[in-house]
Order: sequence, then structure tokens, then C-alpha cells
Amino acid sequence: MELVQSFPFITIVFSLTCGVFCAVLRGNRARTLCLSWLTVTFLMSLSVLLYTLKSDGYYIYRMGKWNAPWGNEIRVGVLEALMATAFSGVMLLSVLGGLNHIFEDCEAEKTNLYFTMISLLMSSLFALIYTNDLFTAYVFVEINTIASCALVMLKSSGKTLVATTRYLIMSLLGSGLFLLGIVMLYGITGELLMESIAEKVREIFASGEYSLPLTVIIGLFSVGLAVKSALFPFHSWLPDAHGSATAASSAVLSGLVLKGYIIVLIKIFYRIFGLSVIVSERVSNFLFLFGFLAMILGSVGALRERDLKRMLAYSSVAQVGYIYAGLGMHSQAGMVAACVQILAHAVTKPMLFIAAGGFMDVSGGNKDMASLTGAGRRDPLGGAAFTVGAMSMIGIPSFAGFMTKFTLTQGALQAHTPLMIMALAAIAVSTLLNALYYIPAVFTLFSRRDDGKYAGVRARYTPSYAGATVAFILLNLGFGVFSQAIVDAVSRGLAMFGA
Amino acid sequence: MKNNSFREKLRRFVDYGSFREEELKLPRSPETLDTDNPENRWLTTVQNSEKPVRARLAKWFTHRGVQVFDNLYRVAAVFICLTLISLLLSVVSFLPRFGGADNPAVNEVEERYVSKAIEETGTTNAVAGMISAYRGFDTLGEAHVLFVAACSVIALLRVDPSERKHGRLVDPELLGEDMDYEPNSDLILRKAAKLLVPLAFIFGLYVILNGTSSPGGGFSGGALIGAGLILNSVAFGFQRTERFFGDEMYHLVKTACLTVYALLMAYFIYMGANGFDDHVWLGVPGNIISGGLILPINVAVGFEVACTMYCFYALFRKGGL
Amino acid sequence: MVQLREFLTNLFANYYEAAAMILFGIGFTSLLMHRNLVKKIIGFNFMDSAIYLFLAAKGYITGRLAPIITDGNTDPRLYVNPIPTGLVLTGIVVSVSVTAFSLALTCRLYDKYHTLDIDEITYLARKERD
Repeated sequence: MELVQSFPFITIVFSLTCGVFCAVLRGNRARTLCLSWLTVTFLMSLSVLLYTLKSDGYYIYRMGKWNAPWGNEIRVGVLEALMATAFSGVMLLSVLGGLNHIFEDCEAEKTNLYFTMISLLMSSLFALIYTNDLFTAYVFVEINTIASCALVMLKSSGKTLVATTRYLIMSLLGSGLFLLGIVMLYGITGELLMESIAEKVREIFASGEYSLPLTVIIGLFSVGLAVKSALFPFHSWLPDAHGSATAASSAVLSGLVLKGYIIVLIKIFYRIFGLSVIVSERVSNFLFLFGFLAMILGSVGALRERDLKRMLAYSSVAQVGYIYAGLGMHSQAGMVAACVQILAHAVTKPMLFIAAGGFMDVSGGNKDMASLTGAGRRDPLGGAAFTVGAMSMIGIPSFAGFMTKFTLTQGALQAHTPLMIMALAAIAVSTLLNALYYIPAVFTLFSRRDDGKYAGVRARYTPSYAGATVAFILLNLGFGVFSQAIVDAVSRGLAMFGA
Repeated sequence: MKNNSFREKLRRFVDYGSFREEELKLPRSPETLDTDNPENRWLTTVQNSEKPVRARLAKWFTHRGVQVFDNLYRVAAVFICLTLISLLLSVVSFLPRFGGADNPAVNEVEERYVSKAIEETGTTNAVAGMISAYRGFDTLGEAHVLFVAACSVIALLRVDPSERKHGRLVDPELLGEDMDYEPNSDLILRKAAKLLVPLAFIFGLYVILNGTSSPGGGFSGGALIGAGLILNSVAFGFQRTERFFGDEMYHLVKTACLTVYALLMAYFIYMGANGFDDHVWLGVPGNIISGGLILPINVAVGFEVACTMYCFYALFRKGGL
Repeated sequence: MVQLREFLTNLFANYYEAAAMILFGIGFTSLLMHRNLVKKIIGFNFMDSAIYLFLAAKGYITGRLAPIITDGNTDPRLYVNPIPTGLVLTGIVVSVSVTAFSLALTCRLYDKYHTLDIDEITYLARKERD
């Protein structure tokens, strides 16, 4: 085996160790260690991506001496490597962009724990992306849950504590259902490795035995992971948690953590049950319906908000709806759209949250729109980033978000008529609503203040914040320019993603 | 007073889910008016004569609304519970029979874990071989779940030592009465602890070291040692435990254990994945030195678990180690 | 009628699993609906224990021994399935961690708001500025 092939496993295991070391270092040193390790993981993931693109195929990495049904294994293809690269890059930029806030918002002697949580979160995201084993997925889902709750909680205030509690309760409900699903599936198939389960599931499905348990198991997985990834009827915890956390936490939670669970769900659908079972069980219809509702009602929620961070959080609810709508189209094009949306949202939403953090700095720490009026003038770099992010969210061509809407429309046009009409209507209405709250927000941010408040305030740029914003803007534009290449890579990755 | 608390409750009910706080404009109900005041008398008569329905509704709302909501909530809870249970029970009735030897779970995966345990992992405890060697990656994650929880609890409950006069609670007014009844020098407890603490340590070590050949292993043995540490601080006070196990010791042991574990596992996985020989002597199955890497892994996990258990107790009890 | 009888016989044959599912339902509902935070956490523990009971029952095979190899006898037909045991161990560690975390959160909330009612806490937290 080549050394490059070991990189995914190295990123998973040593991110854990990096977290352990961060817990005993002082804040500044933990920051240096965590950021340098994140850079290393980014470079490693990038080289894995280049390797998989060149070799044009997936490979299986055995985690130990024994082959798969006995030992653990991870599976690396183009799609996984692409996700890992994007996630580690966005994680690095989010932490850099919110670095000042981390040191302001956390208690001084607990800052190092923030970097511990970031490292462990990164490790669990890598593991969720690469794993090929259902129980490994459960263990790392739990690390993900606790670490992300801790990221919300580390900004110590009454509101974040309450938000964390509600987030934790919903996550626990989700984990419970997910675990029950795994256990029941183990009971009827006797396997934990995804490919072996898929084989048994095909037999079971052909024989017609266990048809009710199979339906319930699919339901348990879908509901459990939908609760964790804040699909529409279960989204009530999200605005509180993402709205009250520190800037880097909001960015990471909205951009990456939600997607980690969705990737697990995609794996379960694709590798275990296969699209045909999912379609015949009508699960995809439900997913599409809730995704459809989320696209519209999430945007309506955002429209009602006067608090910038909560508005962005509601917008995440709508964007998660896009992913689920893509999943629910039960076609290859829909899946491509879902994966492109995962990537596009991951590079866009963290930028918006980091910019919002910058605006709060120049507005006395307030985050309601009235105080933020003119913040874009006081912090031009953040203003530019927010504008780019808003355009991307609305779906203007040459920005990242456009490709999502484009692929989703392509997927919709291939679907059967009622679904096509619904999907097209949802895309149209949701785009309109996005424009209705993002454009006024941009105008408010750049309008002149009449009352002379914050008159002399100017943003003092630190290299990390300035660098992260510029990198985010370039990343978004790059995504927009090379979107066709990314869509191709995603389609190639999806082709080798299934069993 | 009652009216007031109702309003609070109703507002909470209405507010729930929306973040704006708008004053709820209820009609003033007749009880709150001072009817003896001649200035107000006309008002009650107006209310009684002109708006009887509205006043009655308001009154009903005051006294019954919250109760009705509470009852509905309970009914909904019972309904959800029963629906879920009946759905799951109907699933259970379709599942393979309990205890059957031909269940789907009894397959070649399980057979190899048992039949090849001695040959491939050097353990006679098939469960230890399975969790630490065959599926060692899962267990590495599991040890870090415990670690991340300990870090989160530290972040939540740790109080700076200079402010730690009254335990975790900085405000002495919040100090509950139960602290006064702490058995500071309870004779029975101390005598029992003197006997039990060494026993717990020795038994914990025994369970850890014999994890490869008998039931037990790092997690259960570590929990025993942790229980010994907790008992020691309950009986003799934290100072006695702090003499040999303080903040620095905790961080040292924990970091060392987890790093050693991760390095061993990384070595094992890297060698295994590349098909190299890992040069680990498996030992004599059934002896203490057996199982190859499983023994050091068990020791590392055991001490990590012991640290975490004690850390949880100390943080909840006094806000620091 | 025949179906009902079949349903009941199957249910009684799987009595461990049936009990586990009843416990799961109770725990899930407490976690979802109870207002008291401590009771929510108890509900969560109910739920997880139910899953472990279910798993342990899945691993059991009538008349076989615990998977500790004695006298060098490696015939797999002598021992029960070791996989669920290992999974239960992992699950227990996870649930201990999560319980500690949520109890710590509850402690902090109680210190701040002097109540365990999540609705009341939410209401009080909304009133304060951040």
C-alpha cells in the first residue's frame, strides 16, 4: 500500500490525540497545535483526493490485521476524499475567522478545551465520512454530539446553557432511535459491515420475510438522523443553539456538523438498503416532503427574524431542506444535487457566520439588525464576505450556491410529474424567499446610520480574521467557477460510492 | 397572586417557540378590581352587564386553561408512549426467536471470534479479543467518548481553586443543608473504607490484568479503581486523595494513557493494513501476559476510566480535582 | 384471530425483547415529554438500558456458555455470540459519558435559575440579555 492511502486513518486517529494534548496545554499553545494539525489534515485530505482522482476508483483500508466482516475498515473514494478536504479546509478557516471571539467568549483557563472539542469534532467528522461500519458510525456520532454540544456551551451564558440543553435532548432522542435501528438491523441480519448488511437485506427483501421490521428500521434511521440534522419538524433546537454560540462554533455547527449526520444517512440509504428498497418503502417520498416543507418554512422563519445570527440559523434549516429534497428525489441527479449542496453550503454558511461575528465586533456585541445597520461600512471585509455569501445563498451564477439550484432543477426535471412540479415550485419559492431576506439584510448592513451610533468604530483586522474572510470569498468564487468540475467529481464519486 | 402566576404560565405557553416577547393583552378579570372602591364600581357593573361572555371566558381561562393544557400534554405523552410501544412490539413479534441457535446473528463472523480467538489474538476471553483486537478502532473511539465527556464536564463545573471555599457553588447562600450532614469523621465509614479501599484497588488491578483470560478488562477494572478513589475521598476527605491524586496527576495519567492507547492502536492498524508483521508476542493464552497488545491497551484504558470516574465525582462534588 | 394468536405467541417467545421495547417506549417518552430535567435524564438512561437488554437478548443462545474459552475447547457451538456483549460494553460507556455531561448541564442550570423545569428555564433565559 502507498503511504497516501494511510492518510485517512492517520487523520482520524491523530486528530483524537491532538485533542488529548490540547486539553493539557494552555490556550495559546493549544490554538497553535490545533491549527497546525488542522492544516496538516487538510493537506493530507487534499493529497488523498488527488490520489483517488488519479487512480479513479475507491480503495478499502483495513483497520487492523483482519479483513472486513471481522475487523473494521474504512472506504475511501472520490466523494469521501472531496468531503474530507472541504470539511477540513472549512474547519480550519472557521476557527481562524472566529479566533478572536473564541478567546473573548470562553473563560481564560478553559480556552484550550475549545480546541480539544474542535480536534475531536474533526476526527469524528472524518470517521463519519470514511467509515464503512455501522457501529463505528454510532460511536463517532456520539463523539460528534458531545463535542458539538460542548462547542455551543463553551461560550458561557444562560442562553447558551439552555440552548445546549435543548440541543442535547434532541440529539439524545436521535441517537437513541439510531442505535435502536442498528441493533434491530443487527438482529435480523447479524452483520455490522455495510456491504454484508446490504447483501443480507437484499435476500430478506426478496424473500419478503421481516418486511415490517425492515420498514420500521428504515424509519428509525431516517427519523433519528433527521432529528440530529434538524430536518424541518425537528428543527426547533437549531436557531437557539446556532444563534447563541460563538462565531466559530456557529460556523462549524451549521456548515459541517449537520452534514456529518446526513452523510451517514446517505451511506445507509446507498450502501445498505439501496435506492430501490428506499423507493419501494416510500421513505424517499417522506424525505422529499419534509425537505420541501423545510425549504419553504425555514425561509419563512428566517424572514421573520430580526436577529442576524438566528436568521442565518433559520436559513440553515432551509438549506438542509434542499439536501433532503435532493435525497428524496430517488434519482441519481437528485443524489448529485444533495452532495453538491452539502459542499456548497459547507463553504458558504460558515463565511456568513464569521462575517456576522465581525459585524458584532463593530456593533458593541449586538446582533439585532437595528444595531447592525451600517456594520458593513464599519467592517468592509466582513461586508464583502457577507455579500458574497448572500449572493451564493440566493443562487446567483458564478457563486457556489448556484450549482445546487442548477443540479436540483436538473434532478427535478428527470423526476415524475407531480414531484417535478413540487420541486420546481419549492426551488422557485425558496429562491424568492432567500432573496427577500438576504437582500434587505445586505442593504441594511451597508446603509448609512442616522443616529451616529458607533460613528468612530472601525474594524481592527487581525491576520487570522482577514485571511479567513478572503480565503472564504476566494473559495466560494472558486467553487462557482469550477462548479462543473466539482459536479463531475461528485458524480464520479457517487458512482463508486454505492455497494 | 394567582392571576399573576397564571399570566406568567400562559405567556410562557404562548411564547414558546417564538422569540419575540409581546405583552399578552388579557381582559382584566373582575377579581383583580378593588370592588369596594367606589370609583371602580361602575366598571364591574359594566363588565357584568355588558360583557358577561368575555368575562366568563377570561375567568375560565384563568382557572381552567392551564389545567386543560397540562392534561392535554399528559394525554399526548401517554398516547405517544403507547403508539411507540405498540409499533415496536409488533416489530418484536416478527423478529427471530429468542435464544435460537439458527438466528441470523449466529454466523461466520461470530464463529471466527470464538474459534480463532486463541490463535489470532491470544486471548481466551473472546469478548476482549473482539473489542480490543478485531474491532479495536471502535473501542479507541469509545475511550475518547469518555474523554470528551470528561472535558465537557470540566468545562461546565470546574471552579478556580481560589474560589473553591464552598465546593462547586461559589455563592454560600446556595449551599444546601445536606453538606452539613456530611460524614466528616464517621467511624463506621472510615473503618469500612480502610478495609475496602485497598481491596477495591487490588481487585480492580486484578480485573484489568486478567481481562484477556477472564471476564473483565480495562473498562470494568477501571470503574472499580475509580470507585476505590471515590470511597477514599468520601471517607477521609478530599485532602487524603489529593496527596497522591491531584489535578496534575490526573492530567498526566489521562494524557499518557490515551496517547499510549492511540499510538499502540495506530501501530497495530498501520502494520495490519499494510500486511506487515507487527512483531507482537501473543503470550500464553490463559496467563496474565497474553493477548499481545490487548494487555497494555487494557491497562491504559483501565487507568483512563479510573481517572474519569473520579474526575466526575470530584467535579460534581467540589468543582475541581 | 389466528394472526393475533401468532402475534402473541411470538411476543411471549421474545419476552426479553418485548420488555426491552416497553422500557424503550417509556424512556423515550420521558426524555421527550417530561419537563423536569433530571427525569429527562432518567428517561434517557431507561432508553439506553432497554437497548442493552435488547442486544444482550439478541446475543443469547439457549444452553450455551459465556464466550470465555475454557479447557482449550474452541468449538463455536459451545458459546454464545460475543458480538452483542462487546456492543453493550461500548454502549454503556457512551451512555455514562452522556449522562455525566447532561447532569453537569443540569447542575449549572439549577445554580443559575433554581428550577429544573425546562420550560421555566427557557422562559427565564429568554428574558435576560446576552
